[in-house]
This record gives sequence, structure tokens and C-alpha cells, in this order.
Amino acid sequence: MSAYIQDIRRGILDENPVFRLLLGLCPVLGVTGFAMNGLGMGLAATMVLICSNVVISIFRNFIPKTIRVPIFIVVIASFVTMVDMLLAAFQPELHDQLGVFVPLIVVNCMILGRAEAFASKKPIARSFTDGLGIGLGFTVALVALAAFREILGHGTVFDIDITGAAFDPMGVMALPPGAFLALGILLYGVNLLFRKLGIE
Amino acid sequence: MGFEEIMAIIFIYIFVENLVLNQFLGICPFVGVSRKMETAIGMSMAVLFVMTVAILVTWLIYNYLLEPFNLQFLEIVSFILVIASLVQLVEIMMRKISPALYQGLGIFLPLITTNCAIMGAALLAVTQEGFPFLTSIVFAIASAVGFAIALILMAAIRERMELVDLPRGISNSVVTMVTAGLLSLAFMGFEGVVTL
Repeated sequence: MSAYIQDIRRGILDENPVFRLLLGLCPVLGVTGFAMNGLGMGLAATMVLICSNVVISIFRNFIPKTIRVPIFIVVIASFVTMVDMLLAAFQPELHDQLGVFVPLIVVNCMILGRAEAFASKKPIARSFTDGLGIGLGFTVALVALAAFREILGHGTVFDIDITGAAFDPMGVMALPPGAFLALGILLYGVNLLFRKLGIE
Repeated sequence: MGFEEIMAIIFIYIFVENLVLNQFLGICPFVGVSRKMETAIGMSMAVLFVMTVAILVTWLIYNYLLEPFNLQFLEIVSFILVIASLVQLVEIMMRKISPALYQGLGIFLPLITTNCAIMGAALLAVTQEGFPFLTSIVFAIASAVGFAIALILMAAIRERMELVDLPRGISNSVVTMVTAGLLSLAFMGFEGVVTL
């Protein structure tokens, strides 16, 4: 049991894809204008990650070594297509907001990286928890960054006004440069926090 | 398509809607290979080459294969497969035809498969904007040049920052992000200069 909890903990803390490994940064910067979009993107990527991890783990003994990468890509692309269609059908507004970044989950190095480094070698249950852990880590990072930007850029979180009328939003945080600056500041904070926690 | 429109597209996609600094595509190579000027130039050339060919091929596939047969739902799977095999093909051909160029670009080509700049630009031009054929090619070249400018600027800055003593907690990635933010802020000055 503890191995599974370790997997999830590792995904969120030690090997957090965004804060520690700096993987899959395109959606991290691209969709984090609002906390809701960050959450939606994080959950969509988590779903693809879990499904592809499980499927690749099931077939890990049948996939020939030499052509494994194209196979991984096809598996991931199929799940991305499914998630894209599900979002378009049930959350059309969110789907429009995320735009090109939903299909771009397919080229997210984080997902291919987990398939190659973990799912193609480990049993199914472990691959599931690994996908869940890494996906949650990604979601936490996205929501943290998006909330940070939304507070500074609009004075709201999840569309709830928390700063009141006295606060004058910093428009630049809602614009593209704000994404880079906010991620820089957040990475600094996380570095300090992790140093306190003793994770290096 | 008139001359003016071509110039407008070139200007917009190099400066105003810069692929990296404005649309957040291709951040991985932007962060990953911007340590040294030589690698940045190599990567830029490889992207310019692959992006043009990739958009050309995906445009043909989308407009002559997927759309007539109502197979648009296959766009993600087909585009990524086309791009991945294209990169392989280009690599093999280059090794035979021009070993010198292969020496220069060789190591960057496999990396391009998971470069979201290529896939993102293809999706933007072919399916979202629905550009005509010639416009798509101009778009591809302009986007790749915009990517190259951002990457090379970044490499020039990072080469100078390499030996700087950083305070505790400020890692290289923090510096990279803030630098990118300032670059992006500078590029925002082009907003509204040209409209289509």
C-alpha cells in the first residue's frame, strides 16, 4: 500500500512536473488567466495521463521496443481526442477558453515521459497511481499559478470577488508577460518552501 | 492574396503574435536549448525547416483527406503521426543528401517531434484560422522566424547571465522565467501596429 501513497506524494511534491521538472510548460503559461481554466486544463491532462498510463501498462509486454514511441503517441492522441470531444460536448465554454491547448496535450512531454519512464515498465495499479499523482501535481501547480494571476490581474478567484473595490487590478498579470513573471515568482516561492521542507 | 496582406501576416506573426512570447507555444525548447547561442541557432533552423514542411503536409491532408470524408475528429491523431514521421523522414533524407546540414541540425530533429510549436502552429493555421494554402506557408515561415528571434534573444541574454551569483532560492529557472516575462513585455509594444 505504501508504494501507492509514495507514488502520489512523489507526483505532487518531489517530482512535481511543473515546479520541479519544468515539463509541459506551454499549457501552464497559456491557460492560467483564470483559476477555472487552470483547473479544467489540469483535470483534462490528468485524465489523459491516467488513461494512457493504464493502457500502456496493460500492453507493456506486447509493445515492441523499437517502435514503442509511435505506439505511445497514438495511444495518447486517442485519449486526447476523446477528452477534446467530451469537453466540447459538456463544457463548451471551457473548451473555447482552452482553445488550442486541449489538442496540444498530445505533445506534452510530461505524458510521453511518464509512459516511457514508468508505465512501460511497472504493473497496472502502480501506473494508475503514478498517473494520478503526476496529474494532481500538474493540477495543483496550474491552479496555484492561475489563482495567483487571477487575484492580481482581476481581483477574483474562481470568479468570486475577494479583494473588494479598493483593489486596483494589475492588468499586466492578465496579459502574456504576466504569465512568465507570475511563474517566476511562484517558482521562487516554491524553491524556498521546498528548502524548508527539506526536499532538495 | 496581395503583397500588403503577405507583409501584414509576416509582421504580425513575427512580432505581434510571437509564437513563444505571446502564444506560449514551444516553451520547452525556449527554456531547454537557450543556454548557448550555437544550440539556439541550430534549433531555430531545424524548426524553420520542419514547420514549413509540416504545415504544407498537414494543410494538404486536412483539406483533401479529412474534410471531404468528414474525418475531422482524426485531426489530432493524424497530425501528430504526420509530424512525427515527417521528422524521421527529414532526418534520414538529410543524412544521405547533406551530411553537413545533418551534423548541424542532427540532434535537434528528434526533439522537434514533441515541440508544441509545430503542432500548435499547424492546428492554428489549418483548422482554427482556416488559412488558404499560400497564406499557411507564409504563416509557417513567419512563425518560425518569430520563434527563432525569441530563442536567439533569450540565448544572448542567458549567455551573459551564466556566471552571475544568484541569491538563495532564485534558481536558473526563476531567472529564465522573469527574463522571458520582460522580453514578452517588450514585444507587447508591437500590439496594434498592424492589423489584417
